[in-house]
Amino acid sequence: MSKATRLSPSVQVFAYSFLCLWLILAAFPFLWTLWGSFKVEGDFFSKADWVNSILGTLTVVETGGSFTGAGYYGAWVQEEFWRAALNTLIVCVCVVTISLTCGTLGGYALSRSTYRYAFWFLIFALMFRAMPPITLVSGYLLPFFEWNLWGHLSTTIIVLVAINQPFTLWMLHAFFKNIPKDLDESAMVDGCTRFQAFRHVIIPVMWPGVITTGLFSFLLAYNDFAVTTMLLSKENQTMVPKLVSFLGTTQTKGNVMFAVAAAVSVTAPLFVMIIFFQKQIVSGLTAGAVKG
Amino acid sequence: MKHASFFWFVLPSSLMMLLFIAFSIVSVVTQSLYQAHDQVIIEVENCGPFGCTTDTSVDAQATAALREAEPLGKWAGLSIYTDRNHLAFTEVGEAWVSSVSMRDFAGSLMNLPFYDAMAFTLTYTAVVTPLTIILGFFIAIGVNAVARAMRGPTIFLSLLPMIVTPIVGALVLFWMVDARGILGAALQWIADDPNFSVKASTPSMWVVLMVYGIWSSAPFAFIVYYAGLQTVNKDTLEAAMIDGATRAQRIRYVVVPHLVPLTTFIALIQLMDNFRVFEPIVSFSAQAHARSLSYAIYTDLGGETRLLSSAAATSVLTIIGVAILLSPVLVRTWRDFGSPR
Repeated sequence: MSKATRLSPSVQVFAYSFLCLWLILAAFPFLWTLWGSFKVEGDFFSKADWVNSILGTLTVVETGGSFTGAGYYGAWVQEEFWRAALNTLIVCVCVVTISLTCGTLGGYALSRSTYRYAFWFLIFALMFRAMPPITLVSGYLLPFFEWNLWGHLSTTIIVLVAINQPFTLWMLHAFFKNIPKDLDESAMVDGCTRFQAFRHVIIPVMWPGVITTGLFSFLLAYNDFAVTTMLLSKENQTMVPKLVSFLGTTQTKGNVMFAVAAAVSVTAPLFVMIIFFQKQIVSGLTAGAVKG
Repeated sequence: MKHASFFWFVLPSSLMMLLFIAFSIVSVVTQSLYQAHDQVIIEVENCGPFGCTTDTSVDAQATAALREAEPLGKWAGLSIYTDRNHLAFTEVGEAWVSSVSMRDFAGSLMNLPFYDAMAFTLTYTAVVTPLTIILGFFIAIGVNAVARAMRGPTIFLSLLPMIVTPIVGALVLFWMVDARGILGAALQWIADDPNFSVKASTPSMWVVLMVYGIWSSAPFAFIVYYAGLQTVNKDTLEAAMIDGATRAQRIRYVVVPHLVPLTTFIALIQLMDNFRVFEPIVSFSAQAHARSLSYAIYTDLGGETRLLSSAAATSVLTIIGVAILLSPVLVRTWRDFGSPR
């Protein structure tokens, strides 16, 4: 460490304690919910004493053990959350594949064109990126009802792809800018067409950028609520709208634990994703493009 | 790149954006100029021994048929924009005349759904954006100051609030600040009031929503700043130190200027995202105390009767809001790059 960045002990102590505080703020709510999801409602929402939620006093009384999988059983089996999980899987895989296919082509062209219209294309994409998705959804509903497109997974997939497209283009455009122009230009000097140069020279070297963009496309599709809740019929619901529907129905039944279990289930894949792809996520956020 | 190949390469993307974003905006604008048909009323004359009476009743069949034939509804012009649920010119005018003070006038404005939603959305955006940037900046400075071994885990845990589904992140917080949750209990203890509930009052609900907003987007600002800090010129820092600059001065005169372009970028993204605030309100069931523009559209679209025209009008107003918000950026880009190159 160079001399200029060495710190006095007091500053160091302050930095460590500030960071610890932030880390507790960032991670504790998730740990708490994970722990609580294996308890009964009386413990998770403990009016009597918050220590109950750690020890599981009522859980022992009601179920015999200090942990219970009742919330998960209720959500996944009784309320058929697995169906929603399956729908989410279909939607995410399709959205990522289609987004990346269109996005790489477009992003590549935008990074290689020197004309001004390419620049304005990106500015328009930025403006589209700024539209709140729910405003666009209110434009879809009537046409989709009229043409019987409403409620299907395929419609939602296409809409999500289109809404993700501006951001995908921006990000991939930034990544392609970093691939030297000489690479494909020399291929074209050797007689390749533009598409052949893309196919044989660019595609083999573009994967780091594409994987990162794919992660963010996945996040956008996975985390979406506005589009999926409005455009999917009840039996085609994905996980997030299904989780919200638990809040309406199960709270009255006194079984908010279904929602807690579902919330943990929704978080788990994201957690695994951060473990494996932390580097890509960080590089994506800093690509100077857009946030997912 | 040649024009023709550019065209073919961007065709799939632009087609998609044209169909589902540009067309949708057109559709929203059109829808907002129409309103649903009124119910068809029929008059039936009943004549009995004591004279004739006319009854009016709703002809459900004819109404359905009419709505089926013209799903867009009947032409309404700008009347939806000016009705009570949107710009409410009449009500605003009355409030202006009858109010005795500005505070009184603002109070009556807050009773109108659109101005209420606008007030929350703007307050949220104006409060959350700067605080996110400040918190993110300090976390980045902090991470930069600690041992290298601690950085990986810190980044990992910091990413959680941002990556996790907004609905879920907000719910997790909501369950904790519930009167029976751990934070709720802590707040009751601090306030020394066993009946204190965040959900009970409008100001506390607004505060909790904004805390969620800062919590969930500070990691983004942090990551961007952290990456920026890695590229600060070490020589300049050392030179400043030799010249006798304290740590605070080095941050103020070397690091901060280096991070200004990044701040513009974070602010732009955050403005766009905060203006569309929607999910936390659903998760916190805060609709009684806080409604954003997006939430107003959501309630119009959902429910038994889908108020498509009302939702469309709010959408158009929201889009105009976004355009105003983005206009400084656009004007600047126009000045920088609009001239022929």
